[in-house]
Amino acid sequence: MPQVTLSVNGKSHTVEVEGRTLLVELLREKLRLTGTHVGCDTSQCGACVVHMNGESVKSCTTLAVMCDGAQVTTIEGLAKTDGTLHPMQEAFREYHALQCGFCTPGMVMSAVDLVQKNPQGLSEQEIREGLEGNLCRCTGYHNIVKAIAAAQDVMHGRRESLAAAAE
Amino acid sequence: MNVVHPFEGIGASVRRKEDRRFLSGRGQYTDDINRPGQLYAHILRSPHAHARIGAIDTTAARAMPGVEAIYTSADMAGIGGLPCGWQIHNKDGTPMAEPKHPVLAEGKVRHVGDPVAVVIAATRQQARDAAEAIEVEYDVLPAAATLAQAQAPGAPAVHDDLPANLCYDWHIGEKAAVDAAFAQAAHRVVFETTNNRLVPNAMEPRSAIGDYDATTGEHTLWTTSQNPHVIRLLMGAFVLNLPEAKLRVVAPDVGGGFGSKIYHYAEEAIVTWAAHKLERPVKWTSDRTEAFMSDAHGRDHVTRAELALDKDGKFLALHVQTQANMGAYLSTFAPCVPTYLYATLLAGVYSTPAIYAEVKAVFTHTVPVDAYRGAGRPEATYLLERLVDVAAKQCGFDRVELRRKNFIATDAFPYQTPVALQYDSGDYFSTLDQALQSADWAGFEARRAEAKARGKLRGIGISTYLEACGIAPSAVVGSLGARAGLYEVGTIRVHPTGSVTVLTGAHSHGQGHETTFAQLVADKLGVPVANVDIVHGDTAKVPFGMGTYGSRSLAVGGSAMDKAMDKIIAKGKRIAAHLMEASVEDVEFERGTFRVAGTDKTKALAEVSLAAYVPHNYPIEELEPGLEETAFYDPKNFTYPGGCHIAEVEIEPETGRVQLVNFTAVDDVGRVINPMIVEGQVQGGVAQGVGQALLEACVYDEAGQLVSASMMDYCLPRAEDLAPVSVATHTTLCTHNPLGVKGCGEVGAIGSPPAVINAVVDALRDYGVEHVEMPATPQKIWSILHRQQS
Repeated sequence: MPQVTLSVNGKSHTVEVEGRTLLVELLREKLRLTGTHVGCDTSQCGACVVHMNGESVKSCTTLAVMCDGAQVTTIEGLAKTDGTLHPMQEAFREYHALQCGFCTPGMVMSAVDLVQKNPQGLSEQEIREGLEGNLCRCTGYHNIVKAIAAAQDVMHGRRESLAAAAE
Repeated sequence: MNVVHPFEGIGASVRRKEDRRFLSGRGQYTDDINRPGQLYAHILRSPHAHARIGAIDTTAARAMPGVEAIYTSADMAGIGGLPCGWQIHNKDGTPMAEPKHPVLAEGKVRHVGDPVAVVIAATRQQARDAAEAIEVEYDVLPAAATLAQAQAPGAPAVHDDLPANLCYDWHIGEKAAVDAAFAQAAHRVVFETTNNRLVPNAMEPRSAIGDYDATTGEHTLWTTSQNPHVIRLLMGAFVLNLPEAKLRVVAPDVGGGFGSKIYHYAEEAIVTWAAHKLERPVKWTSDRTEAFMSDAHGRDHVTRAELALDKDGKFLALHVQTQANMGAYLSTFAPCVPTYLYATLLAGVYSTPAIYAEVKAVFTHTVPVDAYRGAGRPEATYLLERLVDVAAKQCGFDRVELRRKNFIATDAFPYQTPVALQYDSGDYFSTLDQALQSADWAGFEARRAEAKARGKLRGIGISTYLEACGIAPSAVVGSLGARAGLYEVGTIRVHPTGSVTVLTGAHSHGQGHETTFAQLVADKLGVPVANVDIVHGDTAKVPFGMGTYGSRSLAVGGSAMDKAMDKIIAKGKRIAAHLMEASVEDVEFERGTFRVAGTDKTKALAEVSLAAYVPHNYPIEELEPGLEETAFYDPKNFTYPGGCHIAEVEIEPETGRVQLVNFTAVDDVGRVINPMIVEGQVQGGVAQGVGQALLEACVYDEAGQLVSASMMDYCLPRAEDLAPVSVATHTTLCTHNPLGVKGCGEVGAIGSPPAVINAVVDALRDYGVEHVEMPATPQKIWSILHRQQS
């Protein structure tokens, strides 16, 4: 069986996988990182989004063997090691941007990538368009859009904190 | 320590306690759990809508790597069918048809996705590989997927002993009174419509893990359920014949449900049974296509309605004839959805004096249909609110004034409808006025003109709705056919140090119970939210319960907690009286402090709870130690949320695409505990309603093949499809539960679809369009515009 060596949340792992093993299966079943979810079989829902080498990818349509040498960040690795939440996580909590929580890890990882790629700042409509790869069945997206709009100001240093962004 | 922050009680938008674990990937959903030595099950499902099963050859599959076992119905002889929890009676008093719903198909398959065999192997992939190697001989038979197909002369029978495919033919109301009213009516308005079949699509696919402890003989099932106690009852008593004491059902974090995770499904019984047989844990997790063909679907009605009005527009009578698609088998609560959750809602917010409804439930070769967010009430609301708009147009009334003219007066409560329900409170005039103002209804024509200048067709639509939540009381629903009680159970455990654990039979699948319920305790007992833990979803930890559906958790479950807190306070007063050497009658309690009335003598709850568990100075002769109380709460009536929804849409004529541009909801959900969560519930409900109105359709082809079986084929709303939703509340209190709460989980999905379609029809007002069926897809709208122009 092929061997893959990759870094996940800053920790190196070498694992044996099948040629058909998906990155999400490696994360969930081999590394027991169950924060990354599977919500569909057709790359539609985005519950499985993680960052690979700094870019968001759908781990349900990424073969594990493609990740040899990759740096992967999952939702478990987004907060600081002291437990301080990332501004995007904090914003989701502050703006009630999650209900059942199942789409949340993928939604947060997509949102972080979306904001990082757009330092100029995104309008509400651009955020809505930027979320086209992620489905949420609970919230109606309204609060997710608000959370991302607030988090981007903090992430780009335009505001010091979410409390300031909320004003 | 019992000093509560003033913003944590009832009415505060406390940020959710559960969010931190969800946001850091530490939620624990069923598929996240792995048991030592666990095997994986894969279900082989029918690719055909209707076929006789011949030989099943598992020889090759059994030889595949990792395979531990393969089972078909022959191996499960003696296992009961999946039970139905509600029995409806026909017009003639005879009971409905209730064909067996086998766990694995017996002799025949009756819908695409019907389970035929289960493969159990060392890995998920091995189980799947082996399933592909099973050869099943199918003698494919003609199928009937739609209501029309199933009722056509000579239609293929879903069940051999039911040649007409009829489950029941039921009615409610007074036909004679309706006929008499129609005979005198100045206007008669007929409206025919289809309520589109939907697939709930909770983001977390269903999953189940069975485990068996040979030492204790205890079975454990982890499952994606809204109501683990109900699963324990149904599976234990009716399917596997296991006593409650030997069956533990755990529903950990549940990733959305919307009704689809109420029901007892075959896979739960399969993994529990197989884990016992193999003495190894067995896990099954659905993939999404499997979910489309095995999760219960929703809606799927065809209805003809006729409304009688007098010359001034007063509603005189309503006659409704509905056909409801049950699917191939009766899902757990399917029969009550088009009857007691639908026809009883046909008065809506109107004082229509005579109503008669007839409902035929029909078997088809499709996935079973059961309650989906709103369950019957969206179908009733859509019918009524479209009918009122059609009537206004046909008879020349203003659509808002026609509604106002027929509203139940605010001083008429309690109001007895002609279809069994008695509404306890409401104020439909205020929610209407507030919504009209908030949506700037009066200023719409200017926005329409501005849109026209941009080449867009803009429309506005309104819906004034009512619904019924917290289904109850047990004795009444029992007389109507329910085979379960509909109370809820709450236990309040005050620990020696004054922190609190709440045990509840309600179970969150996204509603924020851990926060809202903690707020109830903070408000009443004065314990900070941080010191209140909610325990739910485990039959081994929570004594009993009926779960979460029908927006019942707060109205029924919260009321049980409130009653249990009353008992805590009553006992605490006796302890406090002893400690303060006062008479019990003189002890008052407010937010964490017992006080001798009119004095400065006080004892904090934590001092009283410590005394209760360390009873050194304690009235031990007359009072047991400890401070834990349980209450079963059986509601006296449903609760009746209502309100007004206004949608504004723009149609792009070149593509036919309908874009929602504004949505205003003013809802009366009773007392609001956490406004942030209520707003979120309404927004989410509206999103699903907009999905039904504009995007979602479950499609079967002529042969009964499920065409829309993936998220590429079934159109779920995305962020771009929705618009900001303005949510406000106008409160009248529920009069019969101790909290005054009504429920907010379903109002969005109930009120919004007719508001959206009314807006679409309004946008097309220059095109002579009377009605557009849901979903109002670009193709449908484009065809209408194109036909009119050519």
